[in-house]
Amino acid sequence: MDFNLSKEQLMVRSIMREFTENEVKPIAAEIDKTGRFPRETVEKMAKYNMMGIPFPAEYGGAGGDDLAYIIAVEELSKWCASTGVILSAHTSLACWPIYKYGTEEQKQKYLVPLAKGEYLGAFALTEPNAGTDAASQQTTAVLDGDNYILNGTKIFITNGGQADVYIVFAMTDKSKGSRGISAFIVEKDYPGFSIGKIEEKMGIRASSTAELIFQNCIVPKENLLGKEGEGFKIAMSTLDGGRIGIAAQALGIASGALEETIKYVKERQQFGRPLAKFQGLQWMIADMATEIDAARLLVYRAAFNKSNGLPYGKEAAMAKLFASECAMNVTTKCVQLFGGYGYTMDYPMERMMRDAKITEIYEGTSQVQQMVIAAAVLK
Amino acid sequence: MNIIVCIKQVPNTNEVRIDPVRGTLIREGVPSIINPDDRNALEEALRIKDTYENVKVTVLSMGPPQADAALREAIAMGADEGILLTDRAFAGSDTWATSTALAAGIRYIGDYSIIFCGRQAIDGDTAQVGPQIAEHLGLPQITYVEELKIEGDKVIAKRALEDGYFVIESKMPVLLTAIKELNKPRYPSIKGVYDAYKGDKVKLLSAKDIDVDFDNIGLEGSPTQVNRSFTPSGRTGQGEIFQGDYKECVNKLIVRLREKHLV
Amino acid sequence: MAVKVIELKCIGCGKCVRVCPFDAIEMKDKKAVINEKCTACGQCLEACPVEAIEKEEEKKRAGSVDVNEYRGVWVLAEQRQGNLLNVAIELLGEGRKIADALNVPLSAVLLGHNVDDIAERLIKYGADEVLYADHELLEIYTTDAYTKVIYQLVKDKKPEIILLGATNLGRDLAPRLSARIHTGLTADCTKLDVDLENRRLMQTRPAFGGNLMATIICPDHRPQMATVRPGVMEKAKYDENREGEIHKFTPDLKDEDIKAKVVEVVKAAKAIVALEDAKIIVSGGRGLGNPEGFKLIKELADKLGGVVGASRATVDAGWIEQSHQVGQTGKTVRPNLYIACGISGAIQHLAGMQESKVIVAINKDPEAPIFKVADFGIVGDLYEVIPELIEALDNVDDIVEGFKSISKGA
Repeated sequence: MDFNLSKEQLMVRSIMREFTENEVKPIAAEIDKTGRFPRETVEKMAKYNMMGIPFPAEYGGAGGDDLAYIIAVEELSKWCASTGVILSAHTSLACWPIYKYGTEEQKQKYLVPLAKGEYLGAFALTEPNAGTDAASQQTTAVLDGDNYILNGTKIFITNGGQADVYIVFAMTDKSKGSRGISAFIVEKDYPGFSIGKIEEKMGIRASSTAELIFQNCIVPKENLLGKEGEGFKIAMSTLDGGRIGIAAQALGIASGALEETIKYVKERQQFGRPLAKFQGLQWMIADMATEIDAARLLVYRAAFNKSNGLPYGKEAAMAKLFASECAMNVTTKCVQLFGGYGYTMDYPMERMMRDAKITEIYEGTSQVQQMVIAAAVLK
Repeated sequence: MNIIVCIKQVPNTNEVRIDPVRGTLIREGVPSIINPDDRNALEEALRIKDTYENVKVTVLSMGPPQADAALREAIAMGADEGILLTDRAFAGSDTWATSTALAAGIRYIGDYSIIFCGRQAIDGDTAQVGPQIAEHLGLPQITYVEELKIEGDKVIAKRALEDGYFVIESKMPVLLTAIKELNKPRYPSIKGVYDAYKGDKVKLLSAKDIDVDFDNIGLEGSPTQVNRSFTPSGRTGQGEIFQGDYKECVNKLIVRLREKHLV
Repeated sequence: MAVKVIELKCIGCGKCVRVCPFDAIEMKDKKAVINEKCTACGQCLEACPVEAIEKEEEKKRAGSVDVNEYRGVWVLAEQRQGNLLNVAIELLGEGRKIADALNVPLSAVLLGHNVDDIAERLIKYGADEVLYADHELLEIYTTDAYTKVIYQLVKDKKPEIILLGATNLGRDLAPRLSARIHTGLTADCTKLDVDLENRRLMQTRPAFGGNLMATIICPDHRPQMATVRPGVMEKAKYDENREGEIHKFTPDLKDEDIKAKVVEVVKAAKAIVALEDAKIIVSGGRGLGNPEGFKLIKELADKLGGVVGASRATVDAGWIEQSHQVGQTGKTVRPNLYIACGISGAIQHLAGMQESKVIVAINKDPEAPIFKVADFGIVGDLYEVIPELIEALDNVDDIVEGFKSISKGA
């Protein structure tokens, strides 16, 4: 059993660390405050092949592996969880299903520019009445000659309004239930497709979360991803991978918060000595460090399994469940350790705590993860 | 055109700490990086490569086998190949011996138009190796380069002074040393990282492989020796510290400064 | 002694005594003993039947010289456009002490064109002689011309020590010159001492960004070369009545000697930060929080007639230019008043300013190490304290009077 990262992964980590420090950290507080989407960061990430890390070079990717990609999300999320999820949604939820299920033509047309970062991608499954119960899709797609006609509304779509390409799920045959769902590649300029409400959120405020409206949206039939009726399978398998990305985001938030807190408790003096000298606080720090390490092992294992063709659905669910709750727990305690300062916007702690919460909710709530895990364990 | 960039792997001195008890450097867990000025040198070489046809950039380093990572990183940034001079015989080299070895390495590589170094390394801050290589190779040198142009067979450089700059012209081949004002180095690309580890892009050379006199390298070949090293001691004053109302504090300070004829 | 007898192996046969051409071996207690006449010729080694005599290879380092042939202390008197740099005067001060300790003359090396007035001043600042190379090709510094001229001087006159200023140009010249001479060079020294026993220059310099100090020696090569950072050494005193010799000469220089040619000299329009010369320095650190904070620092500095300094953290963050940096890896300053604002006081910073006559610290954190070296400190938000201070500086007399009356009343 080898717990060492490869030389390549180590170098990716150090590059991502430096990139985050120089390019992401300086604007993190500002884009959180204003809710501005960091387009310039996406462009920079594209320049350095960070937008397609796990995909082969012939498809515009970096030729790397899932763990390297996961490390990238983790490092970005240490200072800016918004940037972390932009990358995660793009890579796991938009690029990956095309890579996995797309035809060669679809890969050339969409995956190449996506992985190069020339396009930004998004994944549209959730509807007002189909959240955790994703099978209850109400968006419909009807074949009409050479096109499918889509009608319906998607909500809470990460990268919505910013993305160029969307993976959209719709019912092609209502009578078949979840087996009647199909997946489509939809370009932002297709007629009948528009962006609705942009959400104001508690955290990850610089990521764009939008409503998508399809009104007789015309999608060429060659943009059907996979076969008709495979949509639900595509969605679920995509989310299995996506969860590792969100778990990495949560892991990043937690470790970033703890790193800052460790610096702080060494410097901050109360009762004539640094906070770090108080045993009660040491215990908190020790517990957090242990929890984060456990989360990291779970997340890295899930990524390792995915890279190596091993089953990873349960592992991804466990990683996300544990890492996201770890992020919430750790950031809450870190705010506590920062005291009054932690509650102010002068320090990043309150932002990290707000950002942490979403990791327990999106791409499957903690309860969904428990369902997935239980189903696997009790089978 | 061939450009050779000399790089050094250094501990990130921003993260070097002193053991308060033993007074020694804590190197453990301190990440190694490509020396910052050397990254500026590499970036400039890569920009020349981006601008002109048929430019080959070779990165050269002397150091322990772990310095391989620095060369791979340089390749991930865009350099074509790396050469690592690694041999116990190089150990303990001062700047004279280091520059002698690197000059031999450069002769081994052979054909070059520009040798690019960083001005100085953050672990030593000596700024000596570049000019010393130039002397060993009999090349003109331009140090502290903050802007560079290539015109035909010449380079034209702005060379920083404390209060302005020289514009210096030299024919190639020439040795240049870069300062951070020269450019903002790119990051290695992620694809570059994976490519850098494919194939045989870094060549290891021992002292025997390059034509160098063993008397001129390593500890024995170094004119200077470290007599002793120690951690700097701080000053412990017994100051008067004012707290509380700012206006009162400031007034007290003003009185004290007046007593010392400072205001 | 280079040849020695291994007593245990010696059988006392005496063959070595007979072959020795210098009568340098005697028999004592049936063992061969080598005396001071030995020249290490090696004849006895050949003669010994039991290999009881060995020659200790005196490991002479490559390029090493007979250090006794080298005498005298030299200081490079750097001038630019006819202006002698302060560091040259500091080097003369330090060079004088070293020359006196070694009991040798102090020479100033001056390169330039029509700078005779500087040559005179170098004598007044303590040089015993000035080696003054006058040539139109030396008017502006070039690596090639300066190296050629000084190298020739060194070959001719064999000084034991050469000190240069660690200026941007000194740090270009010194390594080139040392490589040509094949001698050691110690950069950016902050302290120089002499080991009188073997006339070694003990050169102390910072390493690892100032986290470590190292004392460097150059035992077998001459001259011993060091660059010294501007502002570190005390300036030599000017003595109008001092006399010395000026050896003015025209070096052999041709246009084609200069490969890297200076085609333009540009003085920066921006004001020069003469931190080293400043009497008052107001420095900003990470506690400023952002680059804008330096505006406030500048305001206070202007009010006091001082200049702006900075900690390494702020320079690294790109808030202010490197020329403002004070500390082990920046400039060493010794103003009469040093005001550190929002500087925690990492040891690297302290090293660059702790010789200031009076240190004032303004910092939020009462435990910041800066307060340990400060003569006076104010604990508080610099964004509130500094404006108060700027205002108070307009009313110094009133404030002082006010305090007097209070203390009288009490």
